[in-house]
Amino acid sequence: MREFAQLLIAGLSTGAIYASLALALVLIYQSTEVVNFAQGEMAMFSTFIAWELIDKGMPFWAAFALTLALAFFGGVTIERVLIRPVEKASVLTIVIVTVGLLLIFNNLAGGIWGFQLKTFPSPFPSGTWQVSGVVISQQSVGVFGVALLLMALLAVFFRFTALGLAMRATAMNREPAELMGIHTTWMLALGWGLAAVVGATAGVLVAPIVFLDPNMMQGLLLFAFAGATLGGFESPGGAVLGGLLVGVAQAMIGNYVSFIGTDLSLTVAMAIIVLVLVFKPTGLFGQAAARRV
Amino acid sequence: MLEIRDLVAAYGPVTALRGVNVHVPQGTTVTILGANGAGKSTILRAVSGLLKPTHGLIQLDGERIDRKSAASIVRRGISLVPEGRQLFTALTVEQNLRLGAFTRSDRRGVREDLLRVYDYFPRLRERMKQAAGSLSGGEQQMLAIGRALMAHPRLLLLDEPSTGLAPFLVRDIFKIVSTINRDQGTTVLLVEQNATLSLSIADYGYVIETGRVVIEAPAHELRENEAVRKAYLGY
Repeated sequence: MREFAQLLIAGLSTGAIYASLALALVLIYQSTEVVNFAQGEMAMFSTFIAWELIDKGMPFWAAFALTLALAFFGGVTIERVLIRPVEKASVLTIVIVTVGLLLIFNNLAGGIWGFQLKTFPSPFPSGTWQVSGVVISQQSVGVFGVALLLMALLAVFFRFTALGLAMRATAMNREPAELMGIHTTWMLALGWGLAAVVGATAGVLVAPIVFLDPNMMQGLLLFAFAGATLGGFESPGGAVLGGLLVGVAQAMIGNYVSFIGTDLSLTVAMAIIVLVLVFKPTGLFGQAAARRV
Repeated sequence: MLEIRDLVAAYGPVTALRGVNVHVPQGTTVTILGANGAGKSTILRAVSGLLKPTHGLIQLDGERIDRKSAASIVRRGISLVPEGRQLFTALTVEQNLRLGAFTRSDRRGVREDLLRVYDYFPRLRERMKQAAGSLSGGEQQMLAIGRALMAHPRLLLLDEPSTGLAPFLVRDIFKIVSTINRDQGTTVLLVEQNATLSLSIADYGYVIETGRVVIEAPAHELRENEAVRKAYLGY
């Protein structure tokens, strides 16, 4: 029981990171029906920027805030400059652009900062709490807390602000959104900006755990895909829950199913994706095909 | 108020309008009649900025708007109730109405307009927390009109509001459109296949066929016009 509780907490903590990345994917998918394969590398690149800022002597949280701001403008710029020209092209074209972005960011980071692992400072204390025999790492709680706070802020933004509502309207049906006076192309760019912010948060939170290197997000992105697929690519809340579930499942299966361990955990992620696509393609929380026409 | 001159518009290779002239004076209700595919909706799409005309000009109070974006045309006081309502079906009634007021910053005015919309359509007040997609066809049309009114337009464009509705609902909706025109001085440009009802609330009417205006006259004259009666009024 004690072991189970401990695994649950560890799983929720990594799950929160998957959930953030999954949410970033969904934010873009919802408004443009494009899966942004570069989401992980954008997050990685942002994390390197944070590392550079901290390395230059900036306090952690200031560097974090500045990184998020830069990530936001980076996301908006990428949409305006690279995605918008191909917006009306086939989905395949856009996918190729995002895969191209993936390679660009990966090589750029490698070129600037090199491919060797770097340590990334953690903003959280490395200590633990003991609650009736269960050991809780403060790092896990911190990661979970920050990720959850960010997602809560986004939920408030989309639910209660005029701008958030306008972004949702644009994602649902673009032409009437324009008739409401919404500048829809800017809403799409804003979606990319927010997704970049959420991704950067995931990168900065995970970097102290996995070390920083240009390939750090590739495995994570697969787990995020599994989470988004499980929860439903059409549903932000679902994607968050899916990410958390994948994190918990990974921790549990890795521990209780001895032949899988940590070596085969990516296989588990792939298995989740395939099983969901076969048995419930819309995910647990997605509605049946409300496609944009 | 609205001046459409020599308007030519096309969907790709298909020409939908071949030189249309329409004049909508301030405070009036003008209707454009015609069969399916005659080009009526195209006129409204061009006025609201969803479609860029290939030729001709559209002026609002003397200012050319035919090259402006849809988002900037709303800000100039033109709201379209589009064909097929085009609601945000996953959002609530209230959220749809709030989106209608997206361009406005005068909170008090928005509140007043919201109350006014609920007065015109009490059903919307009852269902304000419900998803727009769960409403009946008539309620959805009411919501589409209410949403357009939330922008507080000077010119309201209506694209076939009667489509798919039971006759008694159509009568209700037309009555409210004429009330809005009379009480708030909102100018109305109404595109319809239902000629009987639209001529009953309009001051002036145009009949278009295959992208051209074939007859135009005050509404009461059109009602008496034999060709119009045969083709559109059915008696």
